[in-house]
Amino acid sequence: MTMSDWLSQPENYVFLVIALPMVFGAWRVVTTRNVVHAALYLVLALGGSAALFLLLGAEFVAWTVVLVYIGAVVVLFLFGVMITRAPLGRQDDLSHAANVRIPAAAISFALFIIMGGSMLSYFGGEEFTADVGITRTADIGFVIFDRFVIPFEVVSMVLLAALIGGIVLARKDPEPKEVESVDAALAAPEGGDA
Amino acid sequence: MIIMQFLILGAALFSLGVYGVLTRRNAVLVLLSVELMLAAVNINFVAFDRFLGDELAGGQVFALFIIAIAAAEVGIGLAIILLIYRNRHDANVDDLDLMKL
Repeated sequence: MTMSDWLSQPENYVFLVIALPMVFGAWRVVTTRNVVHAALYLVLALGGSAALFLLLGAEFVAWTVVLVYIGAVVVLFLFGVMITRAPLGRQDDLSHAANVRIPAAAISFALFIIMGGSMLSYFGGEEFTADVGITRTADIGFVIFDRFVIPFEVVSMVLLAALIGGIVLARKDPEPKEVESVDAALAAPEGGDA
Repeated sequence: MIIMQFLILGAALFSLGVYGVLTRRNAVLVLLSVELMLAAVNINFVAFDRFLGDELAGGQVFALFIIAIAAAEVGIGLAIILLIYRNRHDANVDDLDLMKL
């Protein structure tokens, strides 16, 4: 498949309109000097992924991303940011200096080249089948509660454990009771008898 | 549409996430970069699901599982970061060297 063939398909323009802001948002997430901006650029990247899922006909996954990621996870991140970094705004100590950044950039670029090259050599220009269609949410539900029911239950237990763990970790410890007061409480009835 | 455009996008997002994990000093931002990597994996899962025309929609179901696990991970991770901040008044990853010899 040549480049002009690829550009002749209208959905590829939709893909580019979605994908380029996603990459920009991801780039800003890892480079911006403002923590709140990083969380908001993550919304751009995740919203783009939801739009791509719609393009692929995976509607349930797309709206789950919008609800869970953008609705819950990013809000949780903003809470975490506002609790742990009281002076919000531009800060220069969020990233390492250039002596760490340059090797890290080299590593991640090499990773990109290796992954992209190996996938390109295997899949090349293979196209999606002509009629991808839309996955019905009812079908996803049937599959989850039929074929994937055990992983589903395991995930629900993981969520329960995470809920309990989060509460236990984040709550303030109760004040330790005074030992003297316990002794006094034990001694009080005896004193009353005497 | 070809499969490679989704795979390249996923690889780009994953690499950017790796870069963020390696360079960020603030623990919350490291967690954000991990979310970026999970989003890249989700794109690959759904793209392959549609590419292979899986009758069981396995890729989409596993993308949903990843979303659930990511939510749990963020909850626990932020609770730990909150605890570290409460004890040390700092959430920089490279200052947390209490167990280093």
